[in-house]
Amino acid sequence: MNVCTLKIDGVEVVGTAGETILDVARSNNIEIPTLCHLDGLSDVASCRLCVVEVAPSGKLLPACAVAVEEGMEITANSDRLHRYRQQIIEMVFLERNHVCSVCVANNHCELQDKAAEFNLTHFDLCPVNPRLEVDATHERFAIDHNRCILCLRCVRVCSEVEGAFTWGVSGRGLDTRVVTDAGAPWGESDTCTSCGKCVQVCPTGALFEKGRSVAQEKPRRPFLPYLTDKAGVPA
Amino acid sequence: MRQASPKAPSDDKRWRMIDARIRRLGSSPDALIEVLHTAQEAFGYLDPETLAYVGAALGVPPSRTYGVATFYSHFTLKPQGKHTCVVCTGTACYIGGARGIIKRISQDLNIGPGETTEDKRISLLTARCIGACSLAPAVVFDDDVQGKLSPDDVMTHLEQL
Amino acid sequence: MTETSPPAGRSPRVTANVCQAAGCVSLRSVELSKDLGDRLQKAGVTDAAVKRVGCLGLCAEGPLVRVPETGQLFSEVGVGSEAEAALVEHLATADPTREPRPKPSSFFASQVPIVLENSGLVDPEDIDDYIARSGYEALTTALTEMTPAQVIDQIVVSGLRGRGGAGFPVGIKWQTVAKSTTTDHKYVICNADEGDPGAFMDRSVLESDPHRVLEGMAIAAYAVGADSGYVYCRAEYPLAIKRLKTAIRQARRKGMLGQNIGDSQFNFHVEVRLGAGAFVCGEETALIASIEGQRGTPRPRPPYPAVSGLRGRPTLINNVESLANIAPIIRNGGEWYAKTGVGRSKGTKVFALAGRVVRTGLIEVPMGMTLREVIFDIGGGILDNRPFKAVQTGGPSGGCLPAEMLDTTLDYESLSEKGSIMGSGGMIVLDDTSCMVDVARYFMDFSRDESCGKCIPCRSGTTQLRMLLDKIVEGNADMLDLSRLEELASMVKATSLCGLGQNAPNPVLSTLRYFRSEYLAHIKERTCPAGVCAIASGEAKTS
Ligand SMILES: Cc1cc2nc3c(=O)[nH]c(=O)nc-3n(C[C@H](O)[C@H](O)[C@H](O)COP(=O)(O)O)c2cc1C
Ligand code: SF4
Ligand code: FES
Repeated sequence: MNVCTLKIDGVEVVGTAGETILDVARSNNIEIPTLCHLDGLSDVASCRLCVVEVAPSGKLLPACAVAVEEGMEITANSDRLHRYRQQIIEMVFLERNHVCSVCVANNHCELQDKAAEFNLTHFDLCPVNPRLEVDATHERFAIDHNRCILCLRCVRVCSEVEGAFTWGVSGRGLDTRVVTDAGAPWGESDTCTSCGKCVQVCPTGALFEKGRSVAQEKPRRPFLPYLTDKAGVPA
Repeated sequence: MRQASPKAPSDDKRWRMIDARIRRLGSSPDALIEVLHTAQEAFGYLDPETLAYVGAALGVPPSRTYGVATFYSHFTLKPQGKHTCVVCTGTACYIGGARGIIKRISQDLNIGPGETTEDKRISLLTARCIGACSLAPAVVFDDDVQGKLSPDDVMTHLEQL
Repeated sequence: MTETSPPAGRSPRVTANVCQAAGCVSLRSVELSKDLGDRLQKAGVTDAAVKRVGCLGLCAEGPLVRVPETGQLFSEVGVGSEAEAALVEHLATADPTREPRPKPSSFFASQVPIVLENSGLVDPEDIDDYIARSGYEALTTALTEMTPAQVIDQIVVSGLRGRGGAGFPVGIKWQTVAKSTTTDHKYVICNADEGDPGAFMDRSVLESDPHRVLEGMAIAAYAVGADSGYVYCRAEYPLAIKRLKTAIRQARRKGMLGQNIGDSQFNFHVEVRLGAGAFVCGEETALIASIEGQRGTPRPRPPYPAVSGLRGRPTLINNVESLANIAPIIRNGGEWYAKTGVGRSKGTKVFALAGRVVRTGLIEVPMGMTLREVIFDIGGGILDNRPFKAVQTGGPSGGCLPAEMLDTTLDYESLSEKGSIMGSGGMIVLDDTSCMVDVARYFMDFSRDESCGKCIPCRSGTTQLRMLLDKIVEGNADMLDLSRLEELASMVKATSLCGLGQNAPNPVLSTLRYFRSEYLAHIKERTCPAGVCAIASGEAKTS
């Protein structure tokens, strides 16, 4: 196997060809925050929380989607990156309507965790306040678009693992939404297998199981490890 | 994913045009955008039935067809008015007075960009530069590009459509 | 083929080259052609021809007609106008052997046509006319006398850099694609998405001389080992699409595209694919997704398309103008091309000159010309003698340069050093009636609307930047908002996934650099110095 050595935050580490910067950092206990990434799904590199600085160009690259190369010198944590990451999290909060106290995911929400991790105590920018819907037409599940952060994990798990292609993405820019089929209510979907994987992978309380009260939604993802190999390609 | 090719929703001749396009492009998912262009040209907009048919014929799941149709601003899922009036809002037209034109149309016809008059006669659209910058501000009435227009000129053209 | 021509075998004494690119067509130049033919016939003039040609450059004064034999240019030749009568008179009586040729006007004098050498001379819908002007000669030479490596060498020597915006050396890109191995196809894609508002160079080239682009693609395909290609053209350009499709059909019939081109072993098939109204699809990975029939969202690079592009195969993507330069380079040699230009910017650049200048239109100038020469000599200065305020290049990814920077030379390095970019060639001149904060907001609005929505910094960042700019133009901002604007701008630039988000803050950053006082006037004095913004009355809103 092709081995390469590189430096992350001054620490000399070893990786194998095909591994991402994130893989190598994690196996060496170097913390890089992520949000859209989920082991077992393809990477879209869209949240940009995991961006790291790669010398000599100083360009920021997403650790989750860039393969390691011999001799790379990487800064994964710095004041500048910390500030950028804070701002990204702040903007995620402000683009939809997140009210933790009434959210089913309160206390086990990845977005909430990130806000705590990055000491986000107040917002400098203004909320966008979009008017968004809740679709509760499905028998067992519901989606509250107010809490969606567009990580697209549900879309990926639905196509890459379940193979149903029920979840898709509509619109663009700030009007981007996850949708079921051709935009019809979830309950009317004839492709949905009601497997619940989308609910399991959702990092926030956007997708949830009905009948569970506030703060009961716990992520369970038993199906992912068995279906994937190390490189994150679904078997 | 691919199923046997579906039957056209009706024997409207326009479906045959769409079928021909699909066949020419080898019924592959790659052809989605090209076929949606053909369908929109034929029907003026993309309704759920058309999307479903095109998706099925190309082996593209409904969520993907809908995703594409809503991503590109050229595609419209709503029927348009009898005439379209596209105001260019490219840089040259913007500093040349496009804003005033849109304001005037909105006021006089009571529609905003993307909307159609109540009598379904005129749809007001905007475009991000139609490449007629030397004629700024420019407006496309149906398929006819007109340049160096004042808001008054535009209203006159609209009346004559 | 001329539309109206003298009896077979006799070449016309004079020809009326009528511009039928989109600008003049919208001013009724097709009707004009017909009317001219009728009038000549009625007047019994049999040795004058009327010919359809592409862009003559001075778009604002259309419909334009040039008589190449006498060098006369007629502008604003509307059907039934006095100009038309004068033109008919000229066509009936002019004797090209005697007529003194007029000195070229200052609009044309300092231009150097390479990309546009045929524009306004050949009939864009007639391959024979193109061939008569050395068309497809370069392709034939490449196929019969050069190896692919030799072709690439000439492009490297020419120093040609990508004209689509980023300025990456074309030869190096070709080498990478040529080196990429694959078990089956490689592709060549011509990027004709031209999404920058205020840019119409590529449209003009496609409408005026489509074969030149196809020839460039075929040479590129031969050099990198590709056998199929696509022209990805925005749907907003119906005339360009029509002419391109006509040109492909004709080239196939002539054996210049398709199987065994020019009786060689080389095959190359080209198809047109239409965009559907998404600026981001000019970005190469989004463009590829779009050709694959998907949502046009970019993906992280590496891998670059040169290694893994369309359908996962090595793909060469070049801009229309880049490809339009290829045939002349192969015909005349890379060294010939490199003689024009300055430093690391070789050759010429086509600009779409628009905005508040006297003469707007399509121009081609050698790299290294100053902004002042372009705007004041070629463009004839500012309309209504108003003061020059700024020139915007590079559209929503570029910047605005003030009067003090007018002596900046047009080359990749100088422009980016000054905080703008060469971009694809849109050049918009602004006078004192434009508010620079409003202009920055205009571009931010554009980027926000066109953001694909995939990554957070761009999707949310352009929205936040736009809200901050709204606050400023409405007179509701304080100094803290200004520092937020600056901080956010640099964060969006650094962390966005693709070039759209990475460059979206540029118009803000460049106006902050040169026109900071205008921002301060809006914030501190709550006035808009140009009188454009709603607070122009000087009254601060209380909300
Ligand atoms: C948001 C965005 C839009 C772009 N639009 C265009 C375009 O309209 N035309 C173009 O040729 N290149 C465009 N580009 C640049 C292309 O990605 C690519 O660099 C170019 O087509 C390469 O060709 P060249 O090397 O010949 O310039 C765009 C890039 C970005 C990031
Ligand atoms: S920078 Fe903007 S356009 Fe590019 S991927 Fe991100 S959201 Fe899409
Ligand atoms: S985890 Fe890498 S971009 Fe989101």
